[in-house]
Amino acid sequence: MESKDYLKDISEIKNLMNKSSRFISLSGLSGILAGIYALIGAATAYWLVTNYSYGTLTLDGWVFRTCVLILGLVAFFSIVTGILLTTRKAKKHGEKIWDNTSRRLVFNFLIPLVVGGIYILIILNQQKYGQTGALMLLFYGLALINASKYSIGDIRYLGFIQVILGLICACFPGYGFWLWVLGFGVMHIVYGTWMHFKYDRN
Amino acid sequence: MSIITNINKVFDHRIRLGIMSILMVNEYADFNTLKELLDVTDGNLASHTKALEKAEYISVEKQFIGRKPNTRYATTKLGRLEFKKHIEALEKLINKQ
Repeated sequence: MESKDYLKDISEIKNLMNKSSRFISLSGLSGILAGIYALIGAATAYWLVTNYSYGTLTLDGWVFRTCVLILGLVAFFSIVTGILLTTRKAKKHGEKIWDNTSRRLVFNFLIPLVVGGIYILIILNQQKYGQTGALMLLFYGLALINASKYSIGDIRYLGFIQVILGLICACFPGYGFWLWVLGFGVMHIVYGTWMHFKYDRN
Repeated sequence: MSIITNINKVFDHRIRLGIMSILMVNEYADFNTLKELLDVTDGNLASHTKALEKAEYISVEKQFIGRKPNTRYATTKLGRLEFKKHIEALEKLINKQ
């Protein structure tokens, strides 16, 4: 009789600790969609480069500019989808979308991401292009690992995978495109699906 | 018997346990955050924070954000220590049966 009460106490303690320090309404579906956007973007860029640029990228050409635009669009639509679906999920759970936990999550996610983004821009300006794919994977992975402390702990593993892919990519810059597709496209879909079935369907 | 002695009477209430749980994983929390998370009334929460404050398990900091008064709470070293002891005692009690 008493033991049952204590058990309830412990589970309530755990629940409150999670609820007050982690934002857990992240939507798995948005991960899947982000992966699909990345794949569409990558396929379009690949098609452009092989058909109009003879397999190489000249940096002042329109093909390169279009590729950069595609990259921007992929990022933009992924973020918008993520915000929309997460808001919907938070509403369904009766949670606030913008409170201390989500603020902390976004802030800690952005630190490695913004630093990485600036760094990539700097080395692009120095005409060092080979490592761009690797750096994107590395910094994105670190951002996920950093954010995992403030959200569902599982996204840490996605972070590790991205970092490992980033390191492989750094060794074999020639496969940068395919590793990017694997990391941002395929892994997002795999991971999003897993999260969707683990957390969203109840 | 030695296990029972570690069960802390000050924590022997759902809301106090809740306040401590939240403050253990956050640097601090203000009155309204606690109120929302625990789903309690102002008066109820105030009386329990007062009890914890009296035992010196939490510290209270009053300040103004703009013109609004804001009270925020944080655990003290003693509070964290006692809470850990209390949890360990609870776990032992559960495991015993």
